[in-house]
Amino acid sequence: MTPVNVEHPDFLWRNPDPAPGYDVVVVGGGGHGLATAYYLARNHGIRRVAVLEKGWLAGGNMARNTTIIRSNYLWDESAAIYEHALKLWEGLEEDLGYPLLFSQRGVLNLAHTLQDVRETRRRVYANQLNGVDAEWLEPEQVAEVCPIVNTSPDVRHPVLGATYQPRAGIAKHDYVAWGFARRADEYGIDLIQDCEVTGLDIRGGRIVGVDTTRGRIATGKVALAAAGHTSVLAAMAGLRLPLQSHPLQALVSELLEPVHPTVVMSNAVHVYVSQAHKGELVMGAGIDSQNGYGQRGSFHIIERQMAAALELFPVFARAHLLRSWAGIVDTTPDASPIVGLTPVAGLYLNCGWGTGGFKATPGVGWCFAHTVAHDRPHPYNAPFTLERFTSGALVDEHGAAAVAH
Amino acid sequence: MQLIPCPWCGPREEAEYHYGGQAHIAYPEDPQGLTDEQWAQYVFFRDNPKGPFAERWLHNAGCRRWFNAVRDTATHRLLAVYRSGEPRPEVSSR
Repeated sequence: MTPVNVEHPDFLWRNPDPAPGYDVVVVGGGGHGLATAYYLARNHGIRRVAVLEKGWLAGGNMARNTTIIRSNYLWDESAAIYEHALKLWEGLEEDLGYPLLFSQRGVLNLAHTLQDVRETRRRVYANQLNGVDAEWLEPEQVAEVCPIVNTSPDVRHPVLGATYQPRAGIAKHDYVAWGFARRADEYGIDLIQDCEVTGLDIRGGRIVGVDTTRGRIATGKVALAAAGHTSVLAAMAGLRLPLQSHPLQALVSELLEPVHPTVVMSNAVHVYVSQAHKGELVMGAGIDSQNGYGQRGSFHIIERQMAAALELFPVFARAHLLRSWAGIVDTTPDASPIVGLTPVAGLYLNCGWGTGGFKATPGVGWCFAHTVAHDRPHPYNAPFTLERFTSGALVDEHGAAAVAH
Repeated sequence: MQLIPCPWCGPREEAEYHYGGQAHIAYPEDPQGLTDEQWAQYVFFRDNPKGPFAERWLHNAGCRRWFNAVRDTATHRLLAVYRSGEPRPEVSSR
């Protein structure tokens, strides 16, 4: 056999050992952690930053989400931060100098009942008032946007209409992580893999360092961006959070011809579907109901998800399931995130994004970096405090968060 | 599909059950007397361990009775099931 060209391509980032200390330690090398590190350097000139990742970069939820990006949330607080994120997405390939396969192919949120129709029309009006592009489509318009959706009135859950956000879309999640990682690395930020945080060193109510499987690291600021494992980390600081970690499953089909031009989500039928650039149908559903950290879910969830997909898309009947997986999502009581300060000085929280954190990646990186740099929240994440669960100022997004975000 | 042993009915498929979250959360004896922080803890805050977790299940498609289980959230392994009102048994995840 003749040897093939085995020359390795250039690495996108170094693989450094941890230094004794940093100005900021970001815990979690997923999309949020990498974006936060990037904007700490880009927007605030803070470059003595380490991102600690217990596994490999972007190997958790960043590699497991269904890559849907949209900003059509109901409340002003949510619309502001998700729309901020969407605007950043629109310039992100240029900003990072890296292809992200960002494709604004629109999202349809289907309504199947009169209650759905009323609720989602209300959301369209709310979106329009907040400057978020949104429109209401009648069933025949749904069929124009996405001809493979079954809009027959004779099915179990007929499509009565849909909200449509044309600027919504998808991006390739791996590329997003690599784009942020490459730029962060260029700023001199250390991306440290295989480095699990085992303890938070707090003295006099202030964080002074972290213990890791690769030694102790001194730092005055620790930014948690660990999604499903946030509760485990927060417990090291004696903090109890209103989070529950659940498996969220997704799956892809084999590669198919382009048949699906947009993103379709359905709360009532309980599935969301898009088609990746390469050709796989990408589908997700709701969380597994029980708490779990196992990165795998129950088979009956997938079975119901496939039934739901077939109800909406009869054309998928002969598609083969290629693989399925699960990520661990941290859900909150009001389906909105927690981004801000904690009772421990120098310890910052970014968690509770539940099933919908991917779309927020640049937006939350921007706002969380601001929060860490200035020790106070950015206006866009100011409503998403931990205190809201005591004050009652919840941001209830269960409707817009949908079957999952 | 995972089998969950109902303390009354024996092992059944998990699709017969409904999940009820953390067990042993008692309604406060004097809700009016709680501070906002204490009330928030009761309403919104729950433990979320990676490891053994005492939780409630309802055998929805069977005897329709609630019971408690200790389950390891990292492995999904059920370590013990016991009837409502009984104390949490001592179990290890091994």
